[in-house]
Amino acid sequence: MLAKPASTPMSPGLHAPHSLRNAVIRFAGNSQDGIQSIGGFLARLAGRTAQEVMTYMTIPSTISGGPSIFQVHIGSGEVLHAGDEADVLVAFYQHSYDSHLGALRDGGVCLYDSGEVKEVRHERGIKHLGIPFTAATVEAVGGSTRDRGKNMFVLGLVCAVFNLDKEKLIGIVSRQFGKKDESVLRNAMLAFDAGFAYEVGDLERFAFEHGEAGDGHRISTDGNQMLTAGLIAAGVRYGAAYPITPWSSIMESLRTELPKYGGIYVQAEDELAAVSMTLGAAFAGHLAVTGSAGPGLSLKMEALSYASMAELPIIVINVQRGGPSTGLPTSVEQSDLMQAIYGSHGDCPRIVLAPQDVEDCFYIALEAGRLARKYSCPVIILSDQALSSRIEAFAEPDLDVHWVEPHIDLSTRREDYRPYPLDRTTHHAPPGSRMSSGKYPVISGLEHDEWGHPSGSPKMHSQMTAKRRQKLIDAAAEFPLPKVHGHQEGDVLIVGWGSTYGPIKESADRLPAEGFKVGALHLRHLHPLPNGLETIFNRYEHIVVVEMNDYGAYGYGQMATLLRARYCNPAIKSLCKTDGLAFRIREIVTGVEKHLAGAG
Amino acid sequence: MSTVLPSATVTEPEDRLTKKALTADHPTWCPGCGDFAVLNIFYRVLEKLQYPHEKIVCVAGIGCSSRFPYFMNTHGIHFIHGRALPLATGISLSRPDVHVFVFGGDGDGFSIGGNHLNHAARKNVKLTYVIMDNFVYGLTKKQTSPTSPIGFKSKTDPTGSVDRPINPMKQLLASGATFIARTHAAQVKHMEQMFERAILHDGFSVVECLSECVMFYAGAFDDSTPRKGGTFETVDETQHDVTDEGAAFKLAENLAPGKFGVYYQVQRPTKNELEQKWITDTQAKIGGASQKDLLRKRLEAMR
Ligand SMILES: Cc1ncc(C[n+]2csc(CCOP(=O)(O)OP(=O)(O)O)c2C)c(N)n1
Ligand code: SF4
Repeated sequence: MLAKPASTPMSPGLHAPHSLRNAVIRFAGNSQDGIQSIGGFLARLAGRTAQEVMTYMTIPSTISGGPSIFQVHIGSGEVLHAGDEADVLVAFYQHSYDSHLGALRDGGVCLYDSGEVKEVRHERGIKHLGIPFTAATVEAVGGSTRDRGKNMFVLGLVCAVFNLDKEKLIGIVSRQFGKKDESVLRNAMLAFDAGFAYEVGDLERFAFEHGEAGDGHRISTDGNQMLTAGLIAAGVRYGAAYPITPWSSIMESLRTELPKYGGIYVQAEDELAAVSMTLGAAFAGHLAVTGSAGPGLSLKMEALSYASMAELPIIVINVQRGGPSTGLPTSVEQSDLMQAIYGSHGDCPRIVLAPQDVEDCFYIALEAGRLARKYSCPVIILSDQALSSRIEAFAEPDLDVHWVEPHIDLSTRREDYRPYPLDRTTHHAPPGSRMSSGKYPVISGLEHDEWGHPSGSPKMHSQMTAKRRQKLIDAAAEFPLPKVHGHQEGDVLIVGWGSTYGPIKESADRLPAEGFKVGALHLRHLHPLPNGLETIFNRYEHIVVVEMNDYGAYGYGQMATLLRARYCNPAIKSLCKTDGLAFRIREIVTGVEKHLAGAG
Repeated sequence: MSTVLPSATVTEPEDRLTKKALTADHPTWCPGCGDFAVLNIFYRVLEKLQYPHEKIVCVAGIGCSSRFPYFMNTHGIHFIHGRALPLATGISLSRPDVHVFVFGGDGDGFSIGGNHLNHAARKNVKLTYVIMDNFVYGLTKKQTSPTSPIGFKSKTDPTGSVDRPINPMKQLLASGATFIARTHAAQVKHMEQMFERAILHDGFSVVECLSECVMFYAGAFDDSTPRKGGTFETVDETQHDVTDEGAAFKLAENLAPGKFGVYYQVQRPTKNELEQKWITDTQAKIGGASQKDLLRKRLEAMR
């Protein structure tokens, strides 16, 4: 087994260190208890205090209530994952206590509502502290607000225990509640103060070391909000979609945001209409976006093939969730990769990208916009449920560098204008552009000649197919080769894509402690793959592709299958999982060790 | 504050828009197909209206009739089966400066695209939709269509169709279209009037145009073709109030061949107007901030 990581988090009780670099706090309650907002406040505070943070939450797929957790991993140094196990568990109910005590590490601290939780188990050196969250909140705020505000009581408690920057935290809370009725903020602060002042007995208080993340402007938000911001910065002003978890919050934001920018986002009757409307806006000259989750992406497939054939630039976001079918709507999986690359009919090239963390959601949206325009083809962004909802803190993007002004080219087209030139990438003349030749173009889903006339010529179909394929070849040539983290050659290269970035990087850092030479490689450009990966792969004995999908009939996950087909490298192996939960560090470390031991 | 919409809504055409200027490739339809007449009359109406040539867009799905855009020398887009309306919605809402026309068949519009028809109609998207209804699937060579009458023998109903045909006028009324008319490809004067009125309507306008498929359903409309011994009965607008939805439903109850003319026409705010109003109101509230500053503020709120 592996040794514990060097930066062991806090230990409780009298032997606890006074200063600490990392802590993982898990709040377990019901979805209406406001635990998400406590988590949000803490995450935002981390952003303001130069700390790094990553959150993780589970929400029930039922509408009204149900058990829910919010976990916050705060660190003064790099935070790459939401934490395998919690240092502190805050349990609101008996079921929270029973279900999550196991997630608390040996010797951890459990704060629980003594009015709700009975039969406390004394095991694994866990220190228990019963505090009447509910009763104390009622006492502080008044009789009529039972249950409401106990999240603020707990926030005050956590603020005291971890010696957090109280002023800043209150500032964040006030800003959040500021828009509401004054009494809401007053009650929240009463509860907060009561929690802050609560006598926690012999529980040691801790202090976070000052963060290392730099003093520039930092923001804390989730992946869906960063994708939304990235799309706007990329010049997207139009699009349409149909609601589906975990995509919906992007469409909701675009619906209210785009009118401010002169644009329109339509809620369509279904995904087929949504992608069609988006293609209409693209044909009209805009950079447009549609999005969905797995089942909705399937419904868009026919029109996506059209986009490749007709050479229209659109961005399609797929926030993956557990499949197949309606599957696990609120769980994470990376099983739409094949669908994204090869779904639909015919040879229909498209570019597929995946953001590696919340910050990257912004930059990947910009890149998708640039590529869609440059190659006049659909670009799919494969996000996932974990990225959609987790909060991270990072440097605010510089819009002076990244802002793209939207524009439509309505210039008069020259006499020799062809809508589908074989020797160049298509850039359509949108309606409103005058044709010097007097010949107006028809954009076509039928195979066509260079002027867009339907053509059944075998030669033309081969040539046009090659033309469309060439976009992928050109894109691959411009994609940067990803950098290897850790050992540049050696025993094992851990390869991943999407939201597994952090856990993979952290695992790679822990494995050398066992004496292995380990590298980690993360792919952002999934299709086409950047040129030159084979030279990296050739430097390692084992290549383990870590992804959240199934081994399939032949023992390889979806990305591993593609990489094996592409590089014919028998060293490429798979480490897959399908429990709907993000990879833990421990799972990757032990899985990779197995491969190293030859058992893989 | 700037929007991304091209500002000029009408530019003077350089040349007069003539039938010749509007003519593209020779249609690939079977000789005698009713769709030829539809195309011809469409040229004529556009010639009359003199829209700027470059601002005319023809959209279609899939079917014989949906080949329309290839035969019109205008900006055009030939899309997938049944989805022409949402595509056209995307164009219409994002480009208020262009004139959007949609063409298709009964299968494309009422079957695979049926749901979209309901929604484009209820949204009152500004565009004109011409359905060339031939009561059969032409391009795929004679299968039953949603408007095929009971008893029609096709390759998919060799002993005669048994499913009750939809009633296009009733369906369109129920879904909220603001202009609904019926016409006949063999009645060119009437067709011209209907097209012109539909195009000038400010909102979602649909014309169902009976258009004979001489290959797979010859004689389908003889009952309404005086030349073939039928009667062509038109709606008498001195007797029929086109703004009365109940009266329009009643009119739609006339059995085949039914009446021809405008069944219903009302003025309701278009989706286009409502969205533009949202944009104007929102931007007025924000004041003069630049777009970049708007996004910057949004990011700052995440600090
Ligand atoms: C998704 C899909 N399903 C089926 C088809 C095959 N298809 C092409 S045209 C058509 C029916 C056309 O009938 P209609 O819309 O009435 O037009 P017409 O040819 O009669 O003018 C069908 C079923 C297709 N192209 N795409
Ligand atoms: S098959 Fe019928 S609808 Fe199609 S072109 Fe021929 S006559 Fe017209």
